[in-house]
Amino acid sequence: MSALVSLLGLTRDFSTGSGFLKARRVMRAVDDVTLDIPRGSVTGVVGESGCGKSTLGRLVLRLISASSGSVTYDDTDLGTLSPGAMRKMRRNMQMVFQDPYSAIDPRYTIRRTLLEPYQVQRTPLPDAEARLQELMSMVGLNPDLAASYPHQLSGGQKQRVGIARALALNPSFLVLDEPTASLDVSIQAQIIALLEGLQRDLGLTYLFISHDLSLVRYFCDQVVVMYMGRVVEVLPKARDTPHHPYAQALTNSHFEPDPTRRKQVQILKGEIPSPFNLPPGCAFAARCPAATPLCHSDRPALESASSGHQIACHHPQG
Amino acid sequence: MALRFLWGVVHTPRGGASAFVLMLVIACALFAPLIAPYGYALQNLPGSNTSPNALHWLGTDEFGRDLLSRIIHGARTSLTVAVTAISISVVVGMTFGAIAGYFGGMFDRVVTAVVDLTWSFPEILIALILIAIIGTGTESIIIAISIAYLAQFTRLTRAQVMALRQETYIEATVNLGAGHFHVIFRHLLPNAITPVIVAGMLAIGDAIILEATLGFFGLGAQPPIPSWGAMMSSGTAQIFIAPWIILFPGAAIALTVISINLFGDALIDALNIRSRLRDV
Repeated sequence: MSALVSLLGLTRDFSTGSGFLKARRVMRAVDDVTLDIPRGSVTGVVGESGCGKSTLGRLVLRLISASSGSVTYDDTDLGTLSPGAMRKMRRNMQMVFQDPYSAIDPRYTIRRTLLEPYQVQRTPLPDAEARLQELMSMVGLNPDLAASYPHQLSGGQKQRVGIARALALNPSFLVLDEPTASLDVSIQAQIIALLEGLQRDLGLTYLFISHDLSLVRYFCDQVVVMYMGRVVEVLPKARDTPHHPYAQALTNSHFEPDPTRRKQVQILKGEIPSPFNLPPGCAFAARCPAATPLCHSDRPALESASSGHQIACHHPQG
Repeated sequence: MALRFLWGVVHTPRGGASAFVLMLVIACALFAPLIAPYGYALQNLPGSNTSPNALHWLGTDEFGRDLLSRIIHGARTSLTVAVTAISISVVVGMTFGAIAGYFGGMFDRVVTAVVDLTWSFPEILIALILIAIIGTGTESIIIAISIAYLAQFTRLTRAQVMALRQETYIEATVNLGAGHFHVIFRHLLPNAITPVIVAGMLAIGDAIILEATLGFFGLGAQPPIPSWGAMMSSGTAQIFIAPWIILFPGAAIALTVISINLFGDALIDALNIRSRLRDV
């Protein structure tokens, strides 16, 4: 399986503005991420809040520019494209946003929202009404809602509109930025089922960003675990056992609904380091139960352990 | 939808009363020659300074001109100057504010610095300085008033655009491949326009006062064209023998401005945008 999207050494720094008597502070939100996203598969990115997973999704789509590194889509380096060519390229790569409530212009009807992609890309539609009906039925929306405004829809319906808009230009790659995080649990399952069906029927490639591990295990092929902007482990199969102590802690923190199978949750001790001032060694060392002096001084590189499995740890567990 | 909304505003006591007075003033301005019983420049020197009577409901001025007719024609001067000046101000201010708020950078810094600088002077002072440079007359005070109020709309639009720029739907539109023009004119400005329009409406009231003040100093419309401010100015000399000359134009200004403010207030409440206007 070839890679549709390849990230090479992708890095992004954010800096606080330097002011009067105030030094400029730099935070590395995404640090040297190299990753292949295989065509037609679902790659999950997990990690706690603020670990850089949403920034990674925006870097991949060049919604924000990278400080260094490159993104290659189908053998085209996005960094070399002119602004005009990049705008055309966006037909192929779309995004579903976390917050459906602010993802649709409150002054736009659903009809106008779903036809906006064609207006923006200047692709004339021979039959706009037919395409509108098709898009809406594709995501399970009643076509009668076309004249509604977003405030008249429920959260789940709005997210379906967001998905339909992302699909309008027939992209082959979607970044899903926690598409279910702001929805009710019952609606979450419907949206995931919808995304799953679309991926299968249209042969889409997903980058699925989430902090819900059980969801990622259910939904994804390959799983990428991030911590403080770095990739700490890549699991080629979602159900593979993680070996990085952080990935293990993350797996253990997943809440088991069945009380007979519930186990003691291992709570991590120690402080999360400041993203403005990361330690020289492993970023997780301060919280890691298996840390040694080596972990505090030397940063472990991401290395291949077995086929497709990569890990950045001096002392892989289990 | 907009019509039904306005209908709702008019059906509140405050909105209805103020809308009634405003319609009256606007009708005077539009149809002055038809409504006014006499010509605004028709002199009758033997009948100067007559008190209100059946022939001259509001009395006459020092040249025997009918005060009611002059006030009706004066509405035309006041509204033309105020509405034109504020419209120019809103359009130019929104353009500057949107570009500054959207692109940021050097342009934003220059615009913000100029806006903050003019913000610290009263509008009347800015208008007087400009008139000293470009001269008197109706066109001059329109330009002077529009520049005097520019800072307000630039500032308000900039604040709105900066807040709206963070919305997810803007990112979504960029991700569809939209250019800056589309983002600004199809998303940011339509969402930012409501508070700016309401602030503009309220500013028309202020601009009427400013126009009257400039007219009072003889800087606005030149005689014999009536302006409420100039009429009051000529009334000061006769204040003890013919107080109606200064009283009635003053009442016209007060009534118009109070109505604009009340109607604007009713709009703000109906649109629920009081918090978004706090910056002004």
